[in-house]
Amino acid sequence: MELVCPAGTPAALRAAVDAGAHCIYCGFADETNARNFPGLNFSRAELAEAVGYAHARGAKVLVAINTFPTAGQEALWHSAVADAERAGADAVILADLGLLAYTAEHHPDLRRHLSVQAAAANPDAINFYASAFDVRRVVLPRVLSVEEIAAINKEIDVETEVFVFGGLCVMAEGRCSLSSYATGRSPNMNGVCSPPEHVDYATEGNESVARLGGFTIHRTPKGGAAPYPTLCKGCFTSGDKTGHVFEDAVSLDASALVPRLAQAGVTALKIEGRQRSKAYVAQIVRAFRAVTDALDEGRAPPALALARLSEGQAATTGAYAKTWR
Amino acid sequence: MQQARENVTIPKILTAPMHVLPLWPVSIALSQLARKLLRAHPTILSRIDKYQENLFELDITDLPFILRLHPARAELRAFRRSAAPDADARISGSLAAFLAMLHGVEDGDSLYFSGSLQIEGDTSAVLALRNALDDAELDLSTEIANALPLLAPPLRLALAPLEKLTGLHLQRADTTPEVY
Repeated sequence: MELVCPAGTPAALRAAVDAGAHCIYCGFADETNARNFPGLNFSRAELAEAVGYAHARGAKVLVAINTFPTAGQEALWHSAVADAERAGADAVILADLGLLAYTAEHHPDLRRHLSVQAAAANPDAINFYASAFDVRRVVLPRVLSVEEIAAINKEIDVETEVFVFGGLCVMAEGRCSLSSYATGRSPNMNGVCSPPEHVDYATEGNESVARLGGFTIHRTPKGGAAPYPTLCKGCFTSGDKTGHVFEDAVSLDASALVPRLAQAGVTALKIEGRQRSKAYVAQIVRAFRAVTDALDEGRAPPALALARLSEGQAATTGAYAKTWR
Repeated sequence: MQQARENVTIPKILTAPMHVLPLWPVSIALSQLARKLLRAHPTILSRIDKYQENLFELDITDLPFILRLHPARAELRAFRRSAAPDADARISGSLAAFLAMLHGVEDGDSLYFSGSLQIEGDTSAVLALRNALDDAELDLSTEIANALPLLAPPLRLALAPLEKLTGLHLQRADTTPEVY
């Protein structure tokens, strides 16, 4: 099993490589990737240097260019593809149909992966991307059970990559409008879910309050555990119920399911978190490398203790074990 | 497995004298350190980018003063809490949490999730600063030794015992904590 690990900075990429990542994914410091946060991501020169570091140690680098180009400004996305190829990237991770077509036509030798942002969750959609744009790998949305993934793999000829740890998005990725509704900016077009310039933290009495675009997302006791300020993990009142209406503030941890995911035909395991620090990257990558090594050697994977690194300090197996309300 | 040490606090007996001692020598020393550090790690300012002119408050909750960082001016100054000017962004937490994050032992988001770090004000500026410092792979003990070469030999000798005594991460971690 291939371990695909996040890197938001060159230091995080080196940490991932050193911790045993087979593959690292990263993005340019602009709106072409879905983690477009201040201080994060790579310049062209940094990417070329990072690819050299990874290749020298047997690791691959994938470049996420997985937002949807703005009409009239396609040149930014086109140049990102060209620059990723020039830097020696092993593949680009794309979501937009037009950008996939452009890349297939103008950069035919550059391997193409389909981003989770494309939300391709059935064999028909995946086979279309494979036949139309020669996509070689699909990152599956985080809404499928292990059984559904096994069924999909039987009907497609491309590799599948699934998330095993980190932030858990349960929306139709690439189509989620929650952030746009509150702030006018979105992960789909601008690369930011809950753009930080619209996030406001305040202390009110004994509570810490997080707001996005003026909407109160959650109130937590001062000094207590707190989630990311995303609307999908907000605490709201709906009808006569108050709680996490869309999604609990927890992280995905599918480490115990890795053997079943392998049996389901999955090629690669993805760790979410390009916005996280190199400390997170190093710890998670090392832990999951122990899992994939155990699997390769026919041993039972070690139990991981990752709650401290998780949003909400708690974990779920998400849709893989399908226990939605 | 390495123990989480972000909740270690400085004993009050050590901080008590700081309540009465003047802060201007602290500000001079810290700003000198900041200048040398930013010169040695130019990518910090490039990653902070448009937030260089912002004023960051680092509220180290177990110290009797706060720090104010102005990146563009390479100023890192100490203020009494009651006398501090308004900042654009504020990060608060224990000295142990700040040092663990700076030295690559603890993840900033994890510290935020657990309530060990809190932020207020301009969230974009906080993210820019956090990401810039994380990428710089700083080791404060090395930076201090470089800024004050005369202190380097005794500092090298004292580091390990001091870490053991205080429970603080005073230098960059050589190894990644195991989580299995």
